[in-house]
Amino acid sequence: MSTNRTQALSSIEAIVVRFGIAGIFLFETARTIVLPPYSFSALMKQIAFIGARSLLVIVVAGLFVGMVIALQFYDTLVRFGSVSLLGSAVGLSLIRELGPVLTALMVIGRSGSAMCAEIGIMRVDNQIDALECMAIDPYRYLFAPRILAGIICVPLLTAIFILVGIFGGYFVGVILFGVSPGSYFQGMADTVLNRDLFMGFSKSLVFGLLIVWIACDKGFNLHLDKHGAYGSEGVSRITTEAVVLSSIAVLFSDYLLSALIL
Amino acid sequence: MIDSNIKNVIEIEGLDTWYGTKQILSNISLHVERKEVMVIMGHSGSGKSTLLRHMIGLNNPVSGSIKLLGKEITGLSRNELYELRKHIGVAFQNGALFSSMTLQENVELPLHEHTRLDHNTIRIMSRLKLELMNLSDNETLMPAELSGGMLKRAGLARAVIMDPEILFFDEPSAGLDPVTSAELDDLILQLRDALNMTIIVVTHEMESAFKIADRITVIDNGQQIITGDKETIKKSTDPRIVNMLERRAMNENINADDYLNKLTRN
Repeated sequence: MSTNRTQALSSIEAIVVRFGIAGIFLFETARTIVLPPYSFSALMKQIAFIGARSLLVIVVAGLFVGMVIALQFYDTLVRFGSVSLLGSAVGLSLIRELGPVLTALMVIGRSGSAMCAEIGIMRVDNQIDALECMAIDPYRYLFAPRILAGIICVPLLTAIFILVGIFGGYFVGVILFGVSPGSYFQGMADTVLNRDLFMGFSKSLVFGLLIVWIACDKGFNLHLDKHGAYGSEGVSRITTEAVVLSSIAVLFSDYLLSALIL
Repeated sequence: MIDSNIKNVIEIEGLDTWYGTKQILSNISLHVERKEVMVIMGHSGSGKSTLLRHMIGLNNPVSGSIKLLGKEITGLSRNELYELRKHIGVAFQNGALFSSMTLQENVELPLHEHTRLDHNTIRIMSRLKLELMNLSDNETLMPAELSGGMLKRAGLARAVIMDPEILFFDEPSAGLDPVTSAELDDLILQLRDALNMTIIVVTHEMESAFKIADRITVIDNGQQIITGDKETIKKSTDPRIVNMLERRAMNENINADDYLNKLTRN
């Protein structure tokens, strides 16, 4: 019994310590973001990686998500004879929930996993030690541009997702089912408040930070992995963990932010 | 800030270190003089690479003092440590080149990060170093396209691009054929003579150690067995040194009970 208790205590301790390490990681990165020198070329490279190259996926995903929710809402609303509410239903659900969350999940799959594996391999191959030895701060060189790019790109990608989604909904609702275009857009304009926009924006900002933070921290601290798995197995394990953890973190913080803002 | 006339560029006193409950290094004390080649020798797992990591401040000792260029490095802030590291170069066992950059970009990186030289000057400087390492025809290749010996030489080129006062080299001959490894030994001597560097080499390869070393430190099981010039090592009567020189496996005294316990432990 007592050994069970000590085991439980030590695993709780390990979790608290791990959170502390992740906290220090974020603090150190934030410090290098704020203090000069700044590297715009590194930032641009990461914005291209997280943002520009995700554009096609986000546009395609946004289009189909917008189309399918318009389809579902139309089928429900037509039973109550209130198809004029289609525009506001599509707009609100995209802006408040689906846009930020689905964009975040797409970015996790596309960029978060790649980033985690890349940093993890750098750790395994001593490249991070080599940076340290060349007096190049890895927080400044590797993580500051990535975190900053995450915070910049995820809200922008979310905005594009929502915009394309609204037009996907327009295509299904207005062009296929004959809802009047005026009521689609006017309904949306009447019901979507600044608070809804604020909610979507603040969520995407938090998600952008969470995704990059978790992916980079997992890769950077690969050597602290409690299973002691190093090398290629360690990289595959932490990449999986990073994807699972950041997806959960996104969904959890989604609820938290909704509850706080509503 | 750094005294460039200091005699001993590295001074280690009473260094102890542990990984969890396992002691890796115990009571290591040695100094490295300016412009000498110090070779740290030992079997795999003897703690020699850990000692190297301590000298460059990648690991912190449990107790003891490490002075690099006259400055105590245990307890330095990160920025102070970075400032000090601008005077050293480290070549890793596998090169540790950045796989997303070409050879040339790898070698130029420290110059881009730490100097305000213009692009052309940086290019000329990196070509000089690549030429020195016999890599001038491969500057546009990616690390994945290089052989093991080339990776080591490229790592070396990157380590010396800032003309450091001290060069650390981890296992120059590991995984290389005898000819390539002999070429690297020549290169190390050339670096000392041409660029006036102090060089610290960690290796398990005896032949290469005796070829390049001014002084040798032998480490076994985390213990410092001996430090001295080549003659001192050769004359040593310590059985561990004699075994090493004659390439004999260590005959450990095995207690039958301990051995059984080891086999049957859960």
